[in-house]
Amino acid sequence: MITLIASFVKQAIIQGIPLLYGSTGEIITEKSGNLNLGIPGVMYIGGISGVIGAYFYESYGDTSNGFLCVLVPFLSSVLGSLIMSLIYSFLTITLRANQNVTGLALTTFGVGVGNFFGGSLSSIFGEGGQIALNTTGNYFKQTLPFADNLGLIGDTFFSFGFLAYLSFAISLFASYVLGRTRIGLNLKAVGENPATADAAGINVTLYKYLATCIGGGIAGLGGLYFIMDYIGGAWTNNGFGDRGWLAIALVIFAIWKPKYSIFGSILFGGLYIVYLYIPGLMRNTQEIFKVFPYMVTILVLILTSIRKKREHQPPASLGLPYFREER
Amino acid sequence: MSEKAPAIQLRGISKHFGKVAAISDVSFTVNRGEILSVLGENGSGKTTLMNMISGIYFPDSGQISVEGKEVSIRSPKDAFDLNIGMIHQHFKLIDVFSAAENIVLGIADEQYDLKAAKDKIRSTCDKYGFVIEADKKVYQMSVSEKQTVEIVKVLYRGASILILDEPTAVLTPQETRQLFKVLRNMRDDGKTVIIITHKLHEVLELSDRVAVLRKGEYIGTIETSQANESILTEMMVGKKVVLNIERSEPENPEDRLIVENINCLGRDGRRILSEVSFCARSGEILGIAGISGSGQRELLEAIAGLQKVESGKIVYINPQTGGIDNLRDKTPVQIRALGVRLSFVPEDRLGMGLVGSMDIIDNMMLRSYKKGKSVFLQKKEPRNLAQRIINELEVVTPDVKTPVSRLSGGNVQKVLVGREISSSPTVLMAAYPVRGLDINSSYIIYNLLNRQKKNGVAVIFVGEDLDVLIELCDRIMVISSGRISGILDGRTSSKEDIGLLMTKEQRGGAV
Repeated sequence: MITLIASFVKQAIIQGIPLLYGSTGEIITEKSGNLNLGIPGVMYIGGISGVIGAYFYESYGDTSNGFLCVLVPFLSSVLGSLIMSLIYSFLTITLRANQNVTGLALTTFGVGVGNFFGGSLSSIFGEGGQIALNTTGNYFKQTLPFADNLGLIGDTFFSFGFLAYLSFAISLFASYVLGRTRIGLNLKAVGENPATADAAGINVTLYKYLATCIGGGIAGLGGLYFIMDYIGGAWTNNGFGDRGWLAIALVIFAIWKPKYSIFGSILFGGLYIVYLYIPGLMRNTQEIFKVFPYMVTILVLILTSIRKKREHQPPASLGLPYFREER
Repeated sequence: MSEKAPAIQLRGISKHFGKVAAISDVSFTVNRGEILSVLGENGSGKTTLMNMISGIYFPDSGQISVEGKEVSIRSPKDAFDLNIGMIHQHFKLIDVFSAAENIVLGIADEQYDLKAAKDKIRSTCDKYGFVIEADKKVYQMSVSEKQTVEIVKVLYRGASILILDEPTAVLTPQETRQLFKVLRNMRDDGKTVIIITHKLHEVLELSDRVAVLRKGEYIGTIETSQANESILTEMMVGKKVVLNIERSEPENPEDRLIVENINCLGRDGRRILSEVSFCARSGEILGIAGISGSGQRELLEAIAGLQKVESGKIVYINPQTGGIDNLRDKTPVQIRALGVRLSFVPEDRLGMGLVGSMDIIDNMMLRSYKKGKSVFLQKKEPRNLAQRIINELEVVTPDVKTPVSRLSGGNVQKVLVGREISSSPTVLMAAYPVRGLDINSSYIIYNLLNRQKKNGVAVIFVGEDLDVLIELCDRIMVISSGRISGILDGRTSSKEDIGLLMTKEQRGGAV
């Protein structure tokens, strides 16, 4: 029984990590007042960019150098999601396009582009069209050296690749920056009331751009983790599933606080796979369990809406463009 | 004033918005260590002029000198660097931040240390006699607390020249007195205070000198000791104005509208009206006084059928038949048909009642489009009505086809009030009908209300200016956090009485 629970917790954490990346990135973005519904697309691009980087490095680079094997896909993943975020930022901040429309378009675009490159790589790859970057995947899966000696505890909590720990670190750091630093205060001010922030001498456009791009870059790592660590370097079109949307739901669940999304991501991850641990489920009854994370999100929305505590509400100017001369 | 060192000198300042000159060739001097009032009617350019000193606008021509040096102020930051701070009429605060967080927001060259900031805030407060809770969130604050935060914010940045834009518009008389005390403390400390206002008695009470603007032009500056209300009005308006509202005795008042113990919840689920009971009589004006947001709006909307009433009764007594109707059972359209009219002038002038992009005729039709039997619109009657309102109320507009959003605020209000009155109501509710109007237009509206009163209409008037309420209304009902804290006789009550009731904390039991 204890091993069953331990394995469930471990799987929940693994499933939670892409969600944690996505939601931490989206929280940072939303704190600047930008509702980036393109996050699923950004994460998808983050994944395929990593695959492309790894593919070229495995083909032309020195695969015995583990550090570079990890660094190249990492950087290309960040680059890919940065470009996506820049498109979004330019459209919504500079051109003041509608954020919802832009975000949804970006998701469709991101999935399409990802599948296009995925398909192209498959045909180059030959070998039955399956992209398998096992070497890179193995480097990403490298666990902490002492994990094997700690028995069950080690297996449950210390057996992940470095991207897992990075996600917690980024989330805690984001929490610190938002809560304790002047940059965080300024960022929150921009998302709450850009006109006031502007009058106080804060560069609203700069903050919105930086928050959206950094947030997008972080979210993209969720896609990279999924492909390289969880799958182990194999790409299948649409394999990422609805995890991007779950990440956005997690933002609401975490009431816009990165530290809550650590706990939330593990909960969501657990709910995502709980059907595997309940005996006697058929294929059709399994599907019911997959709606749990969304139901929890709706529940949180209902609760926070009833309680009406101002601190638990989304940033006041979320989704609204800012234009100084408008009165 | 013994020392007369100039703090700010303006020379030949002009500013145009499009083709309209908002400020033309204004020159005057503000001395160090004085309180200067900038007086003028709405639209006279007071705020525009001050916005140029605080870096919101940049003048088209002219020079500004601060402390004897010619400067160019291009942004609010430039103004801060010159130790100029402006407290705007609409507060620039972040609701979910605490007072301290708001105060330090945007200061780049100081380490982020809220604890040290709080100490500094406390010492500033002690020096001038403010009271402020540094950890309190802005959304939990009253208007006057928010204003205090704004003032402390400016002082925290080391401002020595403070500009306050209509600071008393939202305060009770008691809060106003407290503010004036603080401002005098600042002056005695050597700071320069500029206060924008159109309230004459405040000018006379507070300031050392008065600068008067009229239609964007500088009229002159006089020592307050040599000024009185009629001199200042003449400078402001350019002609002598009789500032009297004639108040007739109500003729055969009968009960028209009886409100009994109504309770309402606001949009955010909080109780906004509790156990409100009163009676409005025909042929009299019932004034409603209270700090803005105390439930005035919801009360009027409840009567008009626009706000859900949790419990209680709203009884309407029909003047023709003597029949009794409970308005709670009726839809807004049925309530209107009974002759209960709401002329609401909310914070944004066009908000409720008029559609900005439509012309005056079409806005008249918003109230009559259901009358016609044909599928086509009948424009003749609304056109006549529009023309009549333009003539009677002196609405300044190129023609009846101009979209109302292009009219100035005062003219928009005249159109709105005119339309509601035109349908010969039996109950007329007017909320803030003179907000943003100049003195002349205000008196046109007061006279309109008085005429309705003579016609036997029960008038309910929600006002801001207590002096006007006292002069105009037969009875004044004071509302405080959604409860009626008292109903006074307009002929015998004083501003202080009303002010006390406005802030009265009530526990249990309605009046």
